[in-house]
Amino acid sequence: MLKIRNLESGYGKIKVLKHVSMHVDPGEIVTIIGANGAGKTTLLATIAGLIKAVSGDISFQGQNICATAAEKIPALGCVMVPEGRQVFATMSVEENLILGAHVLQKEGQRVIRELLDYQYALFPVLAERKTQLAGTLSGGEQQMLAMGRALMSRPKMVMMDEPSTGLAPLIVKEIFQIIVRLRDEGKTVLLVEQNAKAALAIADRGYVFETGKVIVQGPADDLLNNQDVQRAYLGREKID
Amino acid sequence: MSTELFVQYLFAGITYGSIYAIVAIGFNIIYNTTGIINFAQGEFVMLGGMIAITLLSFMPLPAAIALAVIITMIIGALIEIIFIRWLKNPSVLRMIIITIGLSILTREAAVHIWGENIRALPYFVGNEITTIGIMGARISPQVLWVVGVCGVMVAVLHLFFRATSVGREMRACAANRLATILCGINPRNMVTFSFVLSAGMGALAGCVMSPITYSQYDMGTGLAIKGFTVAILGGLGNSGGAVAAGLLLGVIEAFSVSVVPLAFQDAIAIAILLLILFVKPHGIFGSGEAARLKAF
Repeated sequence: MLKIRNLESGYGKIKVLKHVSMHVDPGEIVTIIGANGAGKTTLLATIAGLIKAVSGDISFQGQNICATAAEKIPALGCVMVPEGRQVFATMSVEENLILGAHVLQKEGQRVIRELLDYQYALFPVLAERKTQLAGTLSGGEQQMLAMGRALMSRPKMVMMDEPSTGLAPLIVKEIFQIIVRLRDEGKTVLLVEQNAKAALAIADRGYVFETGKVIVQGPADDLLNNQDVQRAYLGREKID
Repeated sequence: MSTELFVQYLFAGITYGSIYAIVAIGFNIIYNTTGIINFAQGEFVMLGGMIAITLLSFMPLPAAIALAVIITMIIGALIEIIFIRWLKNPSVLRMIIITIGLSILTREAAVHIWGENIRALPYFVGNEITTIGIMGARISPQVLWVVGVCGVMVAVLHLFFRATSVGREMRACAANRLATILCGINPRNMVTFSFVLSAGMGALAGCVMSPITYSQYDMGTGLAIKGFTVAILGGLGNSGGAVAAGLLLGVIEAFSVSVVPLAFQDAIAIAILLLILFVKPHGIFGSGEAARLKAF
């Protein structure tokens, strides 16, 4: 689904990502974990076209998207749920969702209506808050709205940047359950998380980032049991 | 002050006030999508009036006005596409200076095309001396045209932003540019639309006001200052506030004539602008929070 080769990217002269190679297969949850400043968010921003890659290849479903403008990426089936939710605060919940379906506008009202109903079933709280301004929602509700908005474009792959930030553990659990459900419904998920333990628990595979490089990768279970990963990111020191 | 005189002043105030409000809304539309103040906004009003006057010798009045509005909209789009669209991450200051330059450029072009003569469109109904009596005051039907057209424009604009998908996308672009891109919407197109929209509104206002206020190549500057005052007064980006603030400024100006000489009228607007900037920079209808959660 997504193949990245030798990607270098960053802001101006500062290179954040150094020769990153990775891939995501259809129908799996791949998680990227790592400390602050490891380049996780930069990676997602580069895939989404918000930052131009300095060198290397990004291909999505066999198509090179390195030079594709950010606003053209969602139409290809790759959509991002950004860090900090980024909902349209001054607009109603339903308007936020409808905007998410921009790329499907030509398919008509009926398709958009069906997608709306689907999101309301997936996130019942959004149905209750339909007409409320998005800016007045709680953090967890805004996260769900951002996810619902992304799903409105009927994406093949969803990229999520730190969905658990600032949320109560119970809400995090709910959101992670929804991510699993999305995978089970055939969507591909690329999940960036600080909460490594929770992310690895639901992921199929994982990449561990450190200062812009992939240092460890493999099946999620292996990473969970990897001593280095445990020490660095899972906060579990082995006592002999 | 007699009731007649009061009503007379009030209508004069409402007339100018609704024009200020339209110019201010033009500022707001562009501010909301780009974060800049387009100082060439007053020039759109001038262009609308002047183009309609020129076209009038070839076609009837309604057609001349419609065509003038369309031509001004095209000019608005061209200005955005040629001077602003290609800038990569322009700073706000740079964009503002560009719009000031555009304002001077447009004015100079206008003086070359139309000269310095003061012109006017004919009254839509009747002539200079036709009046209708409202509560003892004598009011030109053109005043009702100005107020009516401005009112309809505000209403249509409100509907446009609430009920159409382009309007919704423009609001989205104002609310969160990054998220707009992530939804697959090109915010640059929304910026072009906002220039087209405010050019069209300005031009139509320029046409309906022309019989009363006359049109001249340099009328834009004064209107831009008034419109800017109103936009600030109503809270930048808030069009409901702009309508209220526009009417307020118009009425204050009109009534000030009975106290201070006419020449001080502009000074009053500037004084209000300074006062607002010192005391309540978010505008009387805007709060700090509303400025963050800005809406049309």
